[in-house]
Amino acid sequence: MDPTIESPARPQPATEPMLPDPWRVERVHAETADTFSLELTPVGGPRPLAFSPGQFNMLYVFGVGEVPISISGNPEIESPLVHTTRIVGTVTRAMGKLKAGDLLGVRGPYGSGWPVDAAKGRDVVIVAGGLGLAPLRPLIHHLLAHRADYREIALLYGTRTPQDRIFRADLRRWTARRDLQAQVTVDRAVSGWTGHVGVVTKLVAHAPFDPSNTVAFVCGPEVMMRFTLQELQRRGVPPERSHLSLERNMKCAIGFCGHCQYGSMFVCKDGPVFRYDRVRSLMKVREL
Amino acid sequence: MKPPDPCRPATVLERADFPRLFEVLAGRGYQVVGPTVRDGAIVYDALDGPEQLPAGWTDEQDGGTYRLKRRADAALFGYVVGPHSWKKFLFPPEQRVFRAHRTADGFEVLPEEVAAPKLAFLGVRSCELHAIAIQDRVFLGGRFVDAAYQLRRANAFLIAVNCGQAGGTCFCASMHTGPKATTGYDLALTEILENGRHAFLIEAGSATGAEVLAELPHHPATAADTTAAEAATARATAHMGRSLDTRGIKDLLYRNPDHPRWKDVADRCLSCANCTMVCPTCFCSNVEDVTDLTGEHAERWRKWDSCFTLSFSHVTGGAVRPTVKARYRQWLTHKLASWIDQFGTSGCVGCGRCITWCPVAIDLTEEVRAIRESSPA
Repeated sequence: MDPTIESPARPQPATEPMLPDPWRVERVHAETADTFSLELTPVGGPRPLAFSPGQFNMLYVFGVGEVPISISGNPEIESPLVHTTRIVGTVTRAMGKLKAGDLLGVRGPYGSGWPVDAAKGRDVVIVAGGLGLAPLRPLIHHLLAHRADYREIALLYGTRTPQDRIFRADLRRWTARRDLQAQVTVDRAVSGWTGHVGVVTKLVAHAPFDPSNTVAFVCGPEVMMRFTLQELQRRGVPPERSHLSLERNMKCAIGFCGHCQYGSMFVCKDGPVFRYDRVRSLMKVREL
Repeated sequence: MKPPDPCRPATVLERADFPRLFEVLAGRGYQVVGPTVRDGAIVYDALDGPEQLPAGWTDEQDGGTYRLKRRADAALFGYVVGPHSWKKFLFPPEQRVFRAHRTADGFEVLPEEVAAPKLAFLGVRSCELHAIAIQDRVFLGGRFVDAAYQLRRANAFLIAVNCGQAGGTCFCASMHTGPKATTGYDLALTEILENGRHAFLIEAGSATGAEVLAELPHHPATAADTTAAEAATARATAHMGRSLDTRGIKDLLYRNPDHPRWKDVADRCLSCANCTMVCPTCFCSNVEDVTDLTGEHAERWRKWDSCFTLSFSHVTGGAVRPTVKARYRQWLTHKLASWIDQFGTSGCVGCGRCITWCPVAIDLTEEVRAIRESSPA
């Protein structure tokens, strides 16, 4: 992929690419039963990590291992650095045991971010599935911090159950705002749930945006993104104004290990955020 | 064949003077690494002198077959390529990235000092020079630079040897990567063995190469010497065991992710990763974090990995490529197609190692041919 196509300036790691920098855990916040957010500050003085919404870091638990995790905090403030993840494997399990005061290795930021400039002067629709809201949260912070640059903003968020919603304090604030149309849906309701029930793709049809002048940002499980992008296209949002964030195995994040290849692209450096028209044909191939 | 450049007359190093090459290189601080016979194959290792070269040996290769055989002469480089490539010296199979240890309030990461001894690679084939140039693009040509590779590469002195014969699985001629070395070497040798004469046509390809050559006993080549060297290259070109039709190959493979041939090859492929281990351009690696029993000391290692393993594509929820069909398709499509988009060159140099060392003799030239012959237009 032509590296000149994407946004020219993106934050780059300040340290040796393969060496993690120790950051201190300031606070651990349980989002759900198995998902948590870590608030981190740099060890040894102020050394903020500037990032674009949608970029990720490699997080290293001493002696256990390293995993790519998207940055989920506010890009408008220098500290803390926030990462949100679910306990799914050895490293995230060890990460889930960290307490305030513990150290975590951080290197990054890596990858492409959400192209916020492409959305200026347009309606924005953000569609998130489950933990896919994490890499979109910095984007929402950015859009709200520069609210006048954008027209309608719609956030459509789906989880399996009400208990699986992350960032609930944010969701309360966002749904209360008049300049952000936030809708939450769950696949399976429980008693007391008065919101939408059904998959998030169902919300696309009636969401408040003008398809002829809308930019879409989508993140969630791949099958969810596939159907969401279909729905967006059905409503008239063209693939070149739809963007998604892909997940692949990553061991180095700098294009050397080869694990994240997706067709001719390296998800770590050409992605993880892709313009839909550039990966649409690849997404049709099984087991690519 | 180009006429000899009159400004740089072809030069000859006699076989009797060949040991001087080791002495001159040692004098300049180089450890020679080159071909030697071990475990029934010609492998690359550190050499103390020319007596360790595979004099009088050759190799017979075909799909899934490699045999050493005695030659009728005492050629030092009378074989093609073995299971090793120079990749193992420039991009070691295992390298430590850092060490870390626990401290009173957390942990500390200690950067690794890269050991990059001055190595002289003796006997680099033209296809291998191309493979090194390809890995240069991978590790040095992108947004990030592999500093350890860069240091090892800068400290390597490359002595090419032009092939005088081709192996049963060779197809460099069709990949335009050989058999004669044209660029990327410090010195290039062509072995001449005729009528009882044993000598090397020797050319410098760099300033350092010219300095080394100046320290060697040499004399101008005769017309017969240059003719013999040209005949050696022509002989190798004429005897390529395989060929690969690369016309439109990127689009051919991009167009055929669902071709039935992928299922056919998957039924034969053992997913053993041999092809990726012997390939001189395959660059994938794994990053492993380990700790000792006390939990006080940790290390990070970078190790060769292969897209043929199930864990290679693992993400939450399982492997992206659970089937051998998807993994073989990934390897071949990357090597011959997406590599071109990524690095501006094919990832294949036609050395034939993946064919020779495949335990079930899968032949990528044959797989591509099958796809081409039955591809919907």
